[in-house]
Amino acid sequence: MPIENKPMTESNARDLFPGALEMMILESLRRQPAHGYALVQHIQQRSKNLLQVEEGSLYPALQRLLKAKLVKAEWGVSSTNRRVRTYQITAAGLNHLEQQISSFERMFEGISLVLNPGKATTG
Amino acid sequence: MNWIPHIFRRRKMYDDLANEMRLHIEERSEQLMREGMNAKEAERQARVAFGNSTLLEERSREVWQWPTMESIWADLRFSIRQLRKSRGITLAAVFTLAMAIGANAIVFGLMDGLILRPLNVPQSESLYGTNYGNNPTWQSYPNYLELRDRNHSFEDLAAFNMVLGVGLDTGNDPASANGFATTGNYFDVLRIQPMLGRFFHASDERGPNSAPYIVLTYAYWHARFQGDPRVVGRQVRLDQHPYTIVGVAPPGFQGTISFIAPDFFMPIVNQEQLGMDGLSTRFTEHSVFESMGHLKTGVTPARAVADVDAVSAFLEKTYPKQIAHKSTALNREGLTSFAPAALGLVAALMLLAALILLAACANLGSVFAAHTADRSREIALRLALGSNRTRILRQLFTEAVLISLAGGALGLLASIVLLRRLSVWQPMPDVPIHLPVSPDAKLYAVALGLALVSAFLFGIVPVRQVLRANPYEIVKAGTNARLGKRIAARDVLLVVQIAICAVLVTSSMVAVRGLIRSLHSNFGFDPHNTMAAGVNLVTAGYSLEKAPAMQRRMIEALQTIHGVESVGLVNGYPPLVYTAGDRENVFKEGTSDLRPANAALVPFHYEVSPGYFAAAGTSLLAGRSFSWQDNKDAPAVAVINREFARIIYGSVSNAVGRNFKLHDGTEAQVVGVVEDGKYMSLTEDQEAAMFLPFLQSPSTSAYLMVRSHRDPQELAAAMRNKIHLLDASLPVETQTWINLLEPVMFPSRMATLSLGVMGVLGVMLSITGIFGMAAYSVSKRLHELGIRIALGAKKTEVLRAALGRPLKLLAIGSASGLLLGLLATKVLAYIVYQATPRDPFVLAGVVLAMLVVGLLATWIPAQRALSVNPLILLRED
Repeated sequence: MPIENKPMTESNARDLFPGALEMMILESLRRQPAHGYALVQHIQQRSKNLLQVEEGSLYPALQRLLKAKLVKAEWGVSSTNRRVRTYQITAAGLNHLEQQISSFERMFEGISLVLNPGKATTG
Repeated sequence: MNWIPHIFRRRKMYDDLANEMRLHIEERSEQLMREGMNAKEAERQARVAFGNSTLLEERSREVWQWPTMESIWADLRFSIRQLRKSRGITLAAVFTLAMAIGANAIVFGLMDGLILRPLNVPQSESLYGTNYGNNPTWQSYPNYLELRDRNHSFEDLAAFNMVLGVGLDTGNDPASANGFATTGNYFDVLRIQPMLGRFFHASDERGPNSAPYIVLTYAYWHARFQGDPRVVGRQVRLDQHPYTIVGVAPPGFQGTISFIAPDFFMPIVNQEQLGMDGLSTRFTEHSVFESMGHLKTGVTPARAVADVDAVSAFLEKTYPKQIAHKSTALNREGLTSFAPAALGLVAALMLLAALILLAACANLGSVFAAHTADRSREIALRLALGSNRTRILRQLFTEAVLISLAGGALGLLASIVLLRRLSVWQPMPDVPIHLPVSPDAKLYAVALGLALVSAFLFGIVPVRQVLRANPYEIVKAGTNARLGKRIAARDVLLVVQIAICAVLVTSSMVAVRGLIRSLHSNFGFDPHNTMAAGVNLVTAGYSLEKAPAMQRRMIEALQTIHGVESVGLVNGYPPLVYTAGDRENVFKEGTSDLRPANAALVPFHYEVSPGYFAAAGTSLLAGRSFSWQDNKDAPAVAVINREFARIIYGSVSNAVGRNFKLHDGTEAQVVGVVEDGKYMSLTEDQEAAMFLPFLQSPSTSAYLMVRSHRDPQELAAAMRNKIHLLDASLPVETQTWINLLEPVMFPSRMATLSLGVMGVLGVMLSITGIFGMAAYSVSKRLHELGIRIALGAKKTEVLRAALGRPLKLLAIGSASGLLLGLLATKVLAYIVYQATPRDPFVLAGVVLAMLVVGLLATWIPAQRALSVNPLILLRED
């Protein structure tokens, strides 16, 4: 089968499944409130740089969370004395995160079963 | 929903977002600098890591937007800016569409008013009526009564007749008014209620002239009586006879013929008083115009027809000498026997209007494609900057929709103005024609729909261009880059457009030629230089016995007018006037059983005076015309036309001196043969006709025909004078014969007028199309032309280079359009009299018209091409 010569620009957006970025943001914010830049740093460090997310793609996701009232934002000054907009998870956000994680875990388990049938039964 | 505060907070949110993103990049680059990068490199790295900030910002904003609406709004603003930049193209496009949509809206308005809209009465869908003129001698009052009482299909059957040109006098102000003479049950059959006073009913009818009541229409009540509610109970005079106004009909009810607006309704039992045909005569078609009623529930029109046929068969058996019934046709009440003609005209107009819209869309499609090609750099840049193709297409469609909505609105406005004028148009002075066209919501919806459809049609043209565009190539290629190939779909569109326009031009030329020919065809008489005076002696109190003597005195008096060449009289109406031809059965000499089935012919018949043929300009082919000796005491004689002679006697020369029998058995001798002519309509096949001496069959109502080359105004005044010298109380109505022919000419005039307008629209569209193409090709090739001129090309060569292609396309389009148009004239022949495609004038006319179109449309671009100054042009780059 011939390999399709896809333009580079179109593949980036599909690296994560929909909702993954939001879930990671919420999880990071559950540990502690943070501003955008810190969130990116946090996600990259925690994933040991395995997830190469375009830094800017965080912002549309943050706006979606804001709109759904899963997080709230406030302007303030950071410990390094920078003007920053700090995001904080809301009660609804916590709730949503729980649901997302459990459904993600089920999905992940399903995928592992398909990909690796022998291993999964022992686990 | 809390979207209202959203809108106000949004500005701040967007600012927050922008700040936040800027700060993010700053923080990243500071971090990189701390790691030892120089400032410039750090900032670049930070931006790369961040991604396409414009796109991301837009994505983030979209989260808050009412998604499609806002981007549509943005498209809209952008489109308006774009359209304002190319004002010329925009205006031309809007105007083109306005013409096309306006034409369609008008045709729709006509169709809606004449065909779609039912009569304004309750349950009009079950209201069916007989057709006027469908069965000569069948629609008489006695036959109506029989049909009313013997049918099993109608709940009740009413009948009406038209009473035109009655003098209605409210005190001392007689003015001509038009009414319907109706049976007493008319309003009850129609299930309507008076707005004021009462209607008359069947119970008011107590024999001839027993019910002197009239009901006014709402419009006439307003026009003549200023809407005075005290009008009920008032006495008026109709042709000197006293009548009482009993009521006013509801607004919106204007009788039962959709295109005629009467002023009043009166009982049919009184019509004889006003000089109409008597109600006791079974053998006439002038006492009832139509019978109509609601079909009983469950009765289909087909069953009703069978039922009426059965009653007719019975009547034919019972009154064999008076009734010959061919077949019955029942129609939805409203258009009567004009329905096929009206349908034909509207269908043809719809077809042509649709073609115009199609041509306009082809025109705009090519303009749009060219426009898109010109904007290829802009589009390429937008693609390169990350806009997606759907978004660009949506924006292009937004432009298309904007143009078509503007065009649609303008066209609708024009059509509303025109339809309003049409609805008050009085094409004929004596017939209260009222076209029930009024712009309403349906029309607006149709215009909107057409606008959107055409936006789609021409907006879709550049889609392929955009989808195929490769931004890198275009940006690299520089200012001369274009989207699409050189031989574009544009050329095909232009040919299609020209072809359609040529079809329109051809059909309108065929129509105009047909009309001209029908105006100059042989009527069997010469209506020019002939003045007609209608004199109804009954209104001045003359009895039938005294009428012929008075009529003779009038003829003799008119002959004394200076400059009068000949004077003649014809009972009833002259030929071709008010489509009022009268027919009568005649039998061969030996026939003894005079039932209609045995009739040899059913010729038109006219009763005329000595001198009539000279006055009418009808030439005598053989024998003699009438003399004053052909009176009551002399043997019955007749003059027949060539067709009559051909059918019965084989030839003109055989006819003179032979006999035939009139419907009552009288033997008449043929004393002369005259030329053939037209009798009831211009489109009829050749019909047989006979003329009888008026002294042998007198009537009180007649037209005096006066042939003279004098000024018509003077002549008419002299005629009225002479007649008033004989009897001052006699109303005389003078008109030229040409004027009297108006109604019979009306349909083909209407058809020709509307087709002519379509042709003009077609010409205008071809001009805009060719002009656009030529102007575009010249402007695109100015450079090349400049070089050619600089290298010493001759004018003709420059012109060939610049305009060769548009003109070639024009030629191809015109030729195919002409062929199609000639095929289409077969359809036109249905509505336009004598429409024939095999007419050198039409062929030459179309070719000439398209040539002129080509010249006109390429004139300005040609001038521009020739005036190219190579120096200036080359310096520009």
